[in-house]
Amino acid sequence: MLANLRQVFRYRALISSLVARELKARYRGSVLGFFWTFVNPLLLLGIYTFVFTVVLSGARAGTRPEPYALFLFCGILPWTWFQSSLLESCSVLITGGNLIRKVLFPAEILPAVTVFTGLVNFLLGLLVFAAVAIYYGRPVVSADLVWLPAIVVVQLALTLGLALLLSSLTVHFRDLRDLLGNLLTLWFWGTPILYTVSEVPERFRWVFALNPFTHLAAAYQEILFFDGRFDGWRPLLVLGGAAALLLVFGYFVFDRLRDTLAEEV
Amino acid sequence: MPAVEVRDVRKIYRRYGRRKSFGTLKSALLSGGVLKHLRPDSVFQALDGVSFDVRPGATLGIVGRNGSGKSSLLKLIAGIGKPSAGTIHVTGRVSALIELGAGFHPEISGRENVFINGMMLGLSKAEVARRFDDIVAFAELGEFIDEPVKTYSSGMYMRLGFAVAINVDPDVLLVDEVLAVGDEAFTHKCLEKFADFRRQGKTIVLVTHTLDLITRLCDEALWLDAGRVRAQGDPKRVVDAYLTEVAGAEDRSQAGAPLPAAVATADSAAGASGRWGSQDAVIEQVELVRHDGQPGHVFESGQPMRIRVRVRAARPLQDFVFGIGLFTADGVCCFGTNTQIEGRVPREWSGAGTFIVDIDRLDLVAGAYRLDVAVHRQDGVPYDYHRLLYSFRVSSPLKDTGIYRPRHQWMFEGGIGISGSDGDGAA
Repeated sequence: MLANLRQVFRYRALISSLVARELKARYRGSVLGFFWTFVNPLLLLGIYTFVFTVVLSGARAGTRPEPYALFLFCGILPWTWFQSSLLESCSVLITGGNLIRKVLFPAEILPAVTVFTGLVNFLLGLLVFAAVAIYYGRPVVSADLVWLPAIVVVQLALTLGLALLLSSLTVHFRDLRDLLGNLLTLWFWGTPILYTVSEVPERFRWVFALNPFTHLAAAYQEILFFDGRFDGWRPLLVLGGAAALLLVFGYFVFDRLRDTLAEEV
Repeated sequence: MPAVEVRDVRKIYRRYGRRKSFGTLKSALLSGGVLKHLRPDSVFQALDGVSFDVRPGATLGIVGRNGSGKSSLLKLIAGIGKPSAGTIHVTGRVSALIELGAGFHPEISGRENVFINGMMLGLSKAEVARRFDDIVAFAELGEFIDEPVKTYSSGMYMRLGFAVAINVDPDVLLVDEVLAVGDEAFTHKCLEKFADFRRQGKTIVLVTHTLDLITRLCDEALWLDAGRVRAQGDPKRVVDAYLTEVAGAEDRSQAGAPLPAAVATADSAAGASGRWGSQDAVIEQVELVRHDGQPGHVFESGQPMRIRVRVRAARPLQDFVFGIGLFTADGVCCFGTNTQIEGRVPREWSGAGTFIVDIDRLDLVAGAYRLDVAVHRQDGVPYDYHRLLYSFRVSSPLKDTGIYRPRHQWMFEGGIGISGSDGDGAA
């Protein structure tokens, strides 16, 4: 397992080239280029903003964080990265089956490329976020920003661990992808992205506390949106540890299934 | 220390899922647990205790029928998958030509694909950059290198794939039948490159159905049959043994009265074989007899061969011609004749009979040959035509080339001193 891990490290230049290729191939021949990646989140952003600030502007309207669109952006951006990485990692080994069967090639590179491609899109999205923040006249740079890389790393570990797990298991259980699609919808609504944790009734809080993405979304919102010092490092530390364990576990499962991949895809 | 060391390798492929080739999580949960589902339902043993060595600088050819485990073995040597039991040890960098251009992305340029493909095969970015010009030159792409790969012709695609794989500069090169896909010029180029490799003392393992390549290129051959090593050693001997077996299987399949399509021999790719005719007269058996009176399929060059054909007329015939034709494996006619050409006039024929063609000296160079046998009317309408259905092999200690080996002698006059036994070429 360690030898394989070293090999992955050796292949890091390949990963970065493949990420560049993914991005390039996706945007080649399209007029709007990389903005297509943001069409869906921006669309969601528009719809949710309309629904929650105009249509459902009832009793609780006053409790919503303002500007609501910018608040949504903080959660939807990392969620898009998370969701697209997981969904794509479900099919990445199957579509890349030719490589696995015909070329000596560490297969874990494929889910890794998916996750890192999502990361690049996420980072580009942060630039769009900065532009929107400037539009609303909000400060773009704050002292809290030093925490951002830490959160990104935690999310990276979490996503990568799940991607390894899902990509190798989907080869054996093809309906995992459909299951995941539904699970992610549930997960999205169960995560404080459209609302804040403080709006959740007390008796449901524990469910949200168990959801890892609650802490990630809250951290992004704290850092990018709310004023005041970021002090949510304690749950983040726990989550970081758990994500690291998940990454090891995901890699372990992937490694165990490695030899069956070339035969099953 | 051998370049490739294969020890008692077994490979078992597992099949999962009861009805489908892949399982679903739902069925796994319903049938009691994911772990149980991960247990295979049936197994297929592709390799069954294979052991051999390839010494550094040697070229090993692997022959065998489809499904005998050749490609599985090659993949295991390449490290794509692990053996179920046994060990494989390869010294040095391996490059596998299993599928050319696997991993090319159609949307991006040839240049970017070369870099990514090269890195997939284990080179660093700088190493690819250093070899880039060689790769483009070999692939003959010119300015097309900056066009998206999807615009390439299949020839360009293959050349580029080959160029990248070969420029990885491996110590051990594994080749799986890639030469079968290209045109003549491409094949020629690849063969030149292989020769280059051999001169540099690199190890090659070659899987091919082109038996000619095995005898021409390889230092050693291995015959794989149903996952086991049937024979190993001198390429000619192994190929002969393989051909004899394939021909034997063919004969056995011809034992029944209605002749089934012949078992495809490895060298039947050129020229379609078959059987047709009105069946008013039929060829029941064709036997090739060696100088010692034994029927066989391998003949020493320069030795006699007797073609003995048992025929039967379904009704009394007055109009009939017997004919034979000798062809090389790739379908070039070496000799063809019949009773009409040679001035024999048919009178009558009823019931069973045998005709024999005696060839005093089979003056052919070593190689695989095939035989036409026919019975037809004088105007050519066939009663029973057996097209390329029989194969035999000519073996020879000499490696002379061509088809025909005339009896000949070398003589030297004047100031030429030359030693070596003087023969008539038939050895």
